[in-house]
Parts: sequence; C-alpha cells; structure tokens
Amino acid sequence: MPHYEELNFGCRLAGMPDFEWEKLKDYISDVTFYGLKGTNIGYGLIAALDAWADSGVEYETDEPRWETGCIFGNSIADTEAMKNVIIRVDNKEAKKLGSRVVEQAMNSGATSYITGRLGLGNKVVTNSAACATGTQAILMGYEYIKHGYAKRMIVGSTEHVDTYVYGAFDSMRVLSRKFNDHPEQASRPMSSTAGGFIPGSGAGAFILEDLDFALERNAKIYAEVLGGSSNSGGQRLGGTMTAANSTGVIRCINEAMTNSNVSASQIDLVSGHLTATNADRQEIENWTMALNRKGKDFPLTNSLKSMIGHCLSAAGSIESVAAVLQIEHQFVHPNINLEDPNPVITDMVSIDSLPVKMIKKEVNIVAKANFGFGDVNSCIILSKYN
Amino acid sequence: MTRTEILNELKKVFAPYTTNKEMLAGISDQTDLIRDLKINSANLVDIIIDAEAKYDIEIDYDSADKIINVGTCIDVIMEKLNQNK
Repeated sequence: MPHYEELNFGCRLAGMPDFEWEKLKDYISDVTFYGLKGTNIGYGLIAALDAWADSGVEYETDEPRWETGCIFGNSIADTEAMKNVIIRVDNKEAKKLGSRVVEQAMNSGATSYITGRLGLGNKVVTNSAACATGTQAILMGYEYIKHGYAKRMIVGSTEHVDTYVYGAFDSMRVLSRKFNDHPEQASRPMSSTAGGFIPGSGAGAFILEDLDFALERNAKIYAEVLGGSSNSGGQRLGGTMTAANSTGVIRCINEAMTNSNVSASQIDLVSGHLTATNADRQEIENWTMALNRKGKDFPLTNSLKSMIGHCLSAAGSIESVAAVLQIEHQFVHPNINLEDPNPVITDMVSIDSLPVKMIKKEVNIVAKANFGFGDVNSCIILSKYN
Repeated sequence: MTRTEILNELKKVFAPYTTNKEMLAGISDQTDLIRDLKINSANLVDIIIDAEAKYDIEIDYDSADKIINVGTCIDVIMEKLNQNK
C-alpha cells in the first residue's frame, strides 16, 4: 500500500481483496448501485449473494421469505466514505448529502442491503463483537434455527479496513512493521519473528439451514454446525479491553464442545485466531488446557491469517469458509511463514501439529475460534455431514 | 428555457433513480414520480439536489413539497429560474 508510507504508518501492508466495484452491478439494480459507496457493504453483498447463488435457491421473490433471516456482522461503517459526509457538514452543505448516507452509515447497512436484495422476512440482526463477530454470527444463526424460529439464515460478516481504522491499529503498535519490503512474509502467526498482524479486508457468508429443510430441497450440504459457544472473560482475571482472560477462553471452547457433544479427542483440526501477536503463545496454551491435549497429542492447528491477514470482524466468517473447505476437500492448509516457530509454542505442542505444508487427510471435526477486543470469545464446532 | 427542454433534461436527472426505462423515455406532465416511475420516495430528495445543481437554483422545502409529477417538477424549476433572472 504505497500511500501508507506517505501517511507515516509503521505497517504499510494490507490483505485487500481483488475487488472490482463495477461488478456489483451484476448483483444489484442500477438504482441501488448508484450512490452506493460503503466498501464493507459491497463486500458483504457479494459474499452473501454468491453464497445464496451457490445454495441453489432462487434469487427473485415477490413475497418476503418469512422462513429466512440474516445475521451479518461488521465493526464500523466505511469511514473513508463517511469522510465526504463530515466535509460537507463542516462546509455547511448538509443539504447536499442526499438520501443515501444514513443507510450506509448505520451499523446495519450491510445486513439491510443483503436482506433487501433477497427479500428476507425472518429475524434480521447485525452483530458486532470485534474480531469474534463472524464466528458469533454463525453461532447466532445456528441457535436461531435450532430453537425453531427460522428454517434458513444467511450468516457472515464483512470488514473494510480503511485508512482511518488502519491508522488507529497502527498507532497501537500491534501491526507487523518489519516486513514492509517482503509483503508475502509479513503475516507470521506463531513464528519467533511474528511482530504483529497484517490487516485484511473482505467478507464471508454461509447459508445455514435446518437439516430436514435442506434435505427436502436436496441441498448440497458442505458441513454441519454441531454447536458452539460465545462468552466474555468479563475483563477480569487478566482479561482487559484488549487481552483475553484465559479462563473465559477455555470455558468458551469447553462449552462449545459440550454443546456439540464432541470430545476433545475427536477434534481433527483447530482453526485458531492466531494473529501473529504476542497473544499467539497464550492462545496455544489456552487450547492445550481446554482440550487437555499437548505435545504430539495436540491436534493439527492452522491460521488462515498467515495467507490473508487479519480481517477483524470478517475474520471469523472468512476463516470458517476456509475451515468448511478443508472439510469438503479433506485437507489441512499450511501455516505459511512458520519456518521459525516460536520455541515457547513448540515447548507446548509438537511442531508436527503446526503444518507448514498442505496435508491431505481425513478432516471430520474442526474447532473454529476467534477472540476479540472487549474480551469476547466465540467458538464453533464444524463437522463433515455424514 | 421551454417546458419541453426541461422535460427532456429531466429524463437524465431521473435516470439514476428509476429502473423503469421505458416509462422514463415517454414521460409527460402527468407522469407521477413515485407511482409511475417507481422512484423511491427517499430518492426525491436526491432528485431535488441534482436539479438544484443542474439549474443553479435553490428549491426550498415548500416548493419541494409541490413536486409530485413531472409537470409540477417543471413548474418549480421554471419558477425558481425566473426568480434568478
């Protein structure tokens, strides 16, 4: 990101999706497209509508789809787009803002555009739990279906890390600063030379359905959500606004397994939060405690962030897509840039548990977790559908 | 500027806000913006802003309330243009 140098950012890299804004015209009407500026909304729309198309359910409907709802998360509206609003208001030109600002500034912007395009008529919720948002959205959608309120839920999350959000993270000194000249090596979860995360952007989405409902329409089933848990460490016992209370994390993982009727020994793969900060060590220790597995017995563990960076509120949904693809295609993706694993981590778990090459193997059960600012945790258990 | 000239220019102003392109091509004074052109009522504000910029006029709240169909829209624009003279 060349202009990040001009902005005096310490980190000058980002995991930005290859995204053509004009492509949105294939998804929404020209009238909706005209005046749409929120990048996070664009990402969310395409992820949700692609997932919908893949599910095989028809796009168009005159009646609201009363059986289908949406839980989609994000952390903040596109502040770059909002800058125009601020400038106009400060110039005493608020009258010229027009009708399209509020719908994009509101936190439920992405959810509202998705819902409107598809005519969803069940519960529509925008969730926000920092980096745990995406995983939490999936869990909330699952619970809603499980309790019988809906037959189908679109779940996911979207994030556009614009320069203002980026700058704020840069100032916290939590971003990777030492690999600006080697972007492909810059995101290094669990490595000795990990010096912070690389912000990423994008969106991930799923169509969750009640099993009988899905079977009835002969849906292709990629995987099953067995259950999960979302909690907070209460910013107590070592937990703070920015650090996780380990007791809360362990409790969250344990509850997720209990709610899913899965024992720790059944977990084939851990899709970690693992951002490439100091918190990686503590996270691995928490997993060893929660699963009561360590050394050679520790399950295979990977972090998608090594490849795409940390997509903040979208991390949970994008990484869950990756987890489901590993179940679908029966493989474990590598942790790239882990040529120098942190010895504190390899003292706890075998180096073989942290693959650096793709492994073809049976993957039946994946534990996917994300942890966020505010001391919030979310963990879901995904399974191959048998 | 004649009413016909303004009507033809308004087709361009309305274009981004209506998916009903056929109806737009054949608008007359009686064409209702919301009912016929299916323009979202919230977008009327955007049309007013675009018209203000196009004709370098200011359409106050009371005048804006009068805009219901193409004819009243032209009335308001002509009234404001005449005030500017």
